[in-house]
Amino acid sequence: MNADDTAAVRLAVADAHRREWARVLAATVRVARDLDLAEECVQDAYVSAMDAWLGQGVPANPGAWLTTAAQRRALNAHKRAATLRSKLPLLVVPETTPEIEAEDIPDDRLRLVFTCCHPALAREAQLALTLRLVCGLTTAEIAHAFLVSEPTMAARVTRAKKKIAAAGIPYRVPSTEELPERLDAVLTVVHLVFTTGHAAPTGAALVRADLVDHALDLARILCALMPDEREALGLLAQLLLHDARRATRVDPSGRMLLLEEQDRSRWDTVQIADGLRLVRAALRGGRPGRFALQSAIAALYTETPTYADTDWRQLRDLYDLLLSVWPSPVVALNRAVVVSMLDGPAAALPLVEALAADPRLAAYHYLPATRADLLRRLGRTQEADVAYRAAIALCDNAVEREFLRSRLHSARANGAAYAGPTA
Amino acid sequence: MAQYLILIYEDESGYENPDPAVWQQAMDAHNRFAEQVGELGGQLLGGNALQPTATATSIRGDVVTDGPFVETKEVLGGYYLIEAKDLDQALAISKLCPAPFGGVEVRPVMVLS
Repeated sequence: MNADDTAAVRLAVADAHRREWARVLAATVRVARDLDLAEECVQDAYVSAMDAWLGQGVPANPGAWLTTAAQRRALNAHKRAATLRSKLPLLVVPETTPEIEAEDIPDDRLRLVFTCCHPALAREAQLALTLRLVCGLTTAEIAHAFLVSEPTMAARVTRAKKKIAAAGIPYRVPSTEELPERLDAVLTVVHLVFTTGHAAPTGAALVRADLVDHALDLARILCALMPDEREALGLLAQLLLHDARRATRVDPSGRMLLLEEQDRSRWDTVQIADGLRLVRAALRGGRPGRFALQSAIAALYTETPTYADTDWRQLRDLYDLLLSVWPSPVVALNRAVVVSMLDGPAAALPLVEALAADPRLAAYHYLPATRADLLRRLGRTQEADVAYRAAIALCDNAVEREFLRSRLHSARANGAAYAGPTA
Repeated sequence: MAQYLILIYEDESGYENPDPAVWQQAMDAHNRFAEQVGELGGQLLGGNALQPTATATSIRGDVVTDGPFVETKEVLGGYYLIEAKDLDQALAISKLCPAPFGGVEVRPVMVLS
């Protein structure tokens, strides 16, 4: 046994944690019928893998090895503690097969995802559970990602797990007729993980790469397990296309760059090609859903060779379609930006001002930021000044706030020069 | 199988001076609901409509007061006790529970062993 072996095994265990966690946990939950017990058994299995693999070598199928080890622990725990069973009822598992299936391991990850994103759980609980159980993040990591204290996040996860058991939220994939609605909740959660990482709502960095990568992993899992669900393909496509621009969204000094300032030659062309292929698949056959349409919009932005070539008319048409299937005020705001490029800022301003009355956007800093930009372009500097300051007050991300400040200052400088001769 | 209590919360004014047609509609809807529970694979174990909150008496410690325990716009006006195989089935059943002037809350019954 030498240091190289130890390092190699440690790497293999870490790799299996990243790749196989969801699959191992999902299969163990079905046997354990208790989320906490399953988590404990899976953690134990990973710990035991370190020693076992040092002795016997890394198995050909680490996931199967870990699943068998974790399921065996769960069965033993049930035998041992039949009398000491937790006060919570066991999970409702449709077809109970309480034996270890070392040979052909069915993929239970979909059950796990749909259980974590059950509509009877609050959105923040769905997010926390998905990151904890499907991505294998620790409570501390999730707390850090959403900037809440660790005890708060721990309480949120515990409460959600208790509700799953006590209220009888089943451990199963929804039936075909329920699927569209239930899938939408799952895709929304994955999208939220991505947006939280893509433009972090708070903190010093614009991008939190770990969250973006977890969202991409989740979207890839969903597409692999439900290859015919066009909305899942649309989600993955959208994430790939947005993330392909990751390296160009800030300059070397950390300043945020607008789409028009980004160096398109540094966009990830492989990822864009993957994304575009998925967009085509998502749009094929029947009326596209909101994730497919969003992916088409992302494709249009990314496919254009230069910013000046952007097809604003087609973008507006796509936003109109998107609004018809998903009447969200955020979509309406994005559409207004496109209108400003197509018909000028004067045409877009009333659209943005109408949205200001929507209580759902009350704390959304992109609304005053968009309004400020339109006012600046219209030469209404004093009003732009007020709107920029409103946007800065609502924005908690340091990089975005700095960007807004620089826009405010340049608007002021231009305004002063403009007002000069008449003053 | 697990038991769930469906609590019906509604604005009482909806039933204050009901048009006989409105009343009949409500009765028909509840009769139909009783049949639908079985059709969806659940079982109806019991249920009742309650007299309005004007008839309620509350007791806290040993102080007796006239009125409901908490004053709210939508009040508990009736309940069903059902048996279902999981929350999804209980929710599918509860979605059909008539509550034109409000909505319903679904609560799992605690199992004490």
